[in-house]
Amino acid sequence: MAAIYSLYIINKLGGLIFYKDYGSKGRMDTNDSLRVASLWHSMHAISQQLSPINGCSGIELLEADTFDLHCFQSLTGTKFFVVCETGTQHMEALLKVIYELYTDYVLKNPFYEMEMPIRCELFDINLTQAIQKNRLLSSLNQLC
Amino acid sequence: MQNAELFTLTYGAIVRQLLTDLEEVEEVNKQLDQMGYNIGIRLIDEFLAKSNVSRCVDFKETAEMIAKVGFKMFLGVTASVMNWDADGTCCSIVLEDNPLVDFVELPDTCQGLYYCNILSGVIRGALEMVAMKTEVTWIRDMLRGDDAYELQVKLLKQVPEEYPYKDDE
Repeated sequence: MAAIYSLYIINKLGGLIFYKDYGSKGRMDTNDSLRVASLWHSMHAISQQLSPINGCSGIELLEADTFDLHCFQSLTGTKFFVVCETGTQHMEALLKVIYELYTDYVLKNPFYEMEMPIRCELFDINLTQAIQKNRLLSSLNQLC
Repeated sequence: MQNAELFTLTYGAIVRQLLTDLEEVEEVNKQLDQMGYNIGIRLIDEFLAKSNVSRCVDFKETAEMIAKVGFKMFLGVTASVMNWDADGTCCSIVLEDNPLVDFVELPDTCQGLYYCNILSGVIRGALEMVAMKTEVTWIRDMLRGDDAYELQVKLLKQVPEEYPYKDDE
């Protein structure tokens, strides 16, 4: 069954503000996740320079033999990316939903400090629900 | 918006409280702009997520977005864009309708007050998050006797993302 391994959110400076892993595969400790986020931020920036055409918006999908990585960058520079099983569908739509949850439960929380790690319970709750819904949709699609 | 009046009343209460706390009209103007800025830097992502727009090709498109989509989404009014300068970096956004000022009349003691200054901060903050440094000022204000609300938005410079590996240059 197609599964999400982990979700990362990085701020415009490349700092990790949210990390969640799902399941036992690909667990990372805090330091590693910070490092990986920072590396991804740089790779994403470099990919925009590699493009032969101006105005490239950076890596959206990375396909490896054991995982896929889908990345969404908002026009404000915040990146949302998910590491999932190869061939997982509907990840772009999921990332858009997560972006909306971020604008609602994180940015609209007056006590949340911009660019800082996200510690918003409402965001966690709604995120879990969104992931569950996505998982359900995927399994239903597989049955058809 | 369930009750737009509560929004108008809340805004009025904020302005009154700021006048009491800060006493100087110029300080209140600054504070309203700062509050607007803090709102704008957060509001922009909501705007981008909900309106699903793609990157604007030029500042003209940006101004139209703010006037037609932004104001509609957050204040329920449409504004118009006019008075473009020759290089397309400065324009006016004109509001005929402004929910912030329902029932408001400025007393003589507050003549220097830009009652809706939160709006200029919101626009400045929002645009800064999408790499544009702007200056937003009031040209016309109905509370001061003019016939409409006119905000001048001037693009100072585009500040694209700095790439980490280019630090040695």
